[in-house]
Amino acid sequence: MHWFSAKRTIKLGVKSLWMHRLRSTLTMLGIVFGVCSVIAMLAIGEGASREAQDAIARLGSTNLIIETVKPSDEQANSGEANTMRKYGLTYVDAESIRNTIPSVQVIVPVREIDQEARYLNRKVAIKLIGTIPWYTEVSPVRLIRGRFLSSVDLQYQLATCVIENQVARKLFAFDDPLGMDVRIYGNYYRVVGIVARLAGGQTADSFASEIAAVNGNGGGGVIGNVYIPLTTARKRFTEVKASFGGGSESIEKVELQKIVVKVDSTEQVLPMRNILNTLLGRIHDKQDYNIVVPLELLRQAARTKQIFSIVLGSIAAISLLVGGIGIMNIMLATVSERTREIGIRRALGARKWDIIVQFLSETLLLTLAGGILGIILGALIPFLVTYFGHMPTVITPSSLVLAFGISAVVGITFGIYPAYRAANMDPIESLRHE
Amino acid sequence: MAVVHIEKLCKTYQLGPVQLPALRDVDLEIEQGQYIAIMGPSGSGKSTLLNLLGCLDRPTSGRYWLGGKDVSTLDDNHLSLIRGKRIGFIFQSYNLIGQLNVIENIKLPMSYQGFSEERSIERAGKLATMVGLGDRFKHRPRELSGGQQQRVAIARALANDPVIILADEPTGNLDSESGAEILTILDDLHQRGKTLIIVTHDEHIGGRAERTIHLLDGRIERVEYNHRR
Ligand SMILES: Nc1ncnc2c1ncn2[C@@H]1O[C@H](COP(=O)(O)OP(=O)(O)OP(=O)(O)O)[C@@H](O)[C@H]1O
Ligand SMILES: [Mg+2]
Repeated sequence: MHWFSAKRTIKLGVKSLWMHRLRSTLTMLGIVFGVCSVIAMLAIGEGASREAQDAIARLGSTNLIIETVKPSDEQANSGEANTMRKYGLTYVDAESIRNTIPSVQVIVPVREIDQEARYLNRKVAIKLIGTIPWYTEVSPVRLIRGRFLSSVDLQYQLATCVIENQVARKLFAFDDPLGMDVRIYGNYYRVVGIVARLAGGQTADSFASEIAAVNGNGGGGVIGNVYIPLTTARKRFTEVKASFGGGSESIEKVELQKIVVKVDSTEQVLPMRNILNTLLGRIHDKQDYNIVVPLELLRQAARTKQIFSIVLGSIAAISLLVGGIGIMNIMLATVSERTREIGIRRALGARKWDIIVQFLSETLLLTLAGGILGIILGALIPFLVTYFGHMPTVITPSSLVLAFGISAVVGITFGIYPAYRAANMDPIESLRHE
Repeated sequence: MAVVHIEKLCKTYQLGPVQLPALRDVDLEIEQGQYIAIMGPSGSGKSTLLNLLGCLDRPTSGRYWLGGKDVSTLDDNHLSLIRGKRIGFIFQSYNLIGQLNVIENIKLPMSYQGFSEERSIERAGKLATMVGLGDRFKHRPRELSGGQQQRVAIARALANDPVIILADEPTGNLDSESGAEILTILDDLHQRGKTLIIVTHDEHIGGRAERTIHLLDGRIERVEYNHRR
């Protein structure tokens, strides 16, 4: 085909679509909404899954997080009387892991205590974290000023602390916190550094809420973390906690809330989980710990995303299918309405192929125009969702290409049959039509 | 050599179990530049014969040579090509395309032969002027009278400079005055050496043709030669 006959075909198509403006527009709407929903759904899905994946990735894909969990009552009562329940991770656990598993690159025990920090007459609720200098290697904290805890702090159980910037802001306002003393539970701690937690890091009580954390602060007005040497925490804060629930009093003792283990590479993560399970299973007689593997969560998130995409994709595909059937329906009506025109064209030398091209290009023009409109609308909707619904959305270029491709495919698929019908009408019959 | 040469041409329509012969053993030879009228009562097979001559249909049996080329067994694609290149159609009901203007209607056959846009438009303009529509280029068919529409159709039939021009009752829908105008144009074409084959009920047209073929029940009943004044 010559370029001018292609141009002519397009011109002809535009012309006859323009002749039936209302019909063309209504027909196009099916594709517009189909494409629009494909793009909007993919953008919203992509936004949600990226957010979840980022949150998980911040936990570190080479980390394994062992958490203390409260064992169920039966298990607990079986061993001891209801005097004091001792459970969870211990210093012995941390020691054993360090001593028996050489492939562990870093091991960081963590103690978490809900406390209040005071400076002058100001006070804020904080999470006090007793840990060791290598904490920074397993957690996404970034040093802003000063230094993090050192091995000297640890060795001599010094009363030093590192505070998070939002704690610094609340507590010190315009004063320089470095070198100042913060009072926590009657003791003073010298501020040696200020850190920032990368968005979505860990203040929240448990790992689960970390994943769910979309809007930040979950636990009782806790502003942020204050880090002190683990040894200092052990000396100054009791591990025994009394709680009164439902009339009965219970006393609990927990040494460590978390042990974070870091391995060299992601391949070692899953084997390490088995090793840790075996080791801890030997030490613990009840299930009072839980191993969280961010890498696995990441993979689950990817799978969830896949399922999500398939579901959204199917919905979008169905709406496109409906749009396509609408187009086919209209094109069949158009063909039979224009039977005589087809007869005339055939008598004047049009081959079947010319008729096919004519009607197919009309359908294609309709669907592509619908596709472009749909892309514009579809790009607008995620923008509105982000703006008004405060939900993240990501429009990937591939979704635009996909949507455009789909509308072209719909056009060809649902245009072929009407065009074929048009081409195969008997010229003599068609000329006599009406 | 004859432009049209037909031997034992038959066309039988199959209506369910019934065989309906519309043409039976028609033999015909038409020379370049002749003016032929086909007459006969309704249902005698005039249109059927014209459709076969125009390659819109294939005969049930028999042979048809158009310009020396056997076209009785060509496939649909080739028949389309022949229609576009060698045949000009004029219909009783004009058969213009309503959404196209005069020029666009006239150049339609050229567009299927791959002529460039400029060349087609130029030639369509000349043809429109020739049939007396020099001031109506941009008009749509519905803005034209019946006679004017039929003139557009004649111009269109001439677009690819066909070997034969076929007209099925070209004046059937027109009043006598417009009909006479159309006949004058056809006469004119004949003067210029075009081969015309016209189906008509009108004895006057029969009188203008050099030869009148009378059909009856799908057979050539008789042939009449008019030696013109
Ligand atoms: N497609 C068809 N299927 C079946 N029979 C047909 C078909 N076309 C024509 N016929 C029959 O063939 C015969 C000749 O028809 P044709 O149209 O050639 O007649 P005609 O001479 O043109 O008549 P008129 O003067 O009324 O136009 C008629 O009996 C008609 O019924
Ligand atoms: Mg007829």
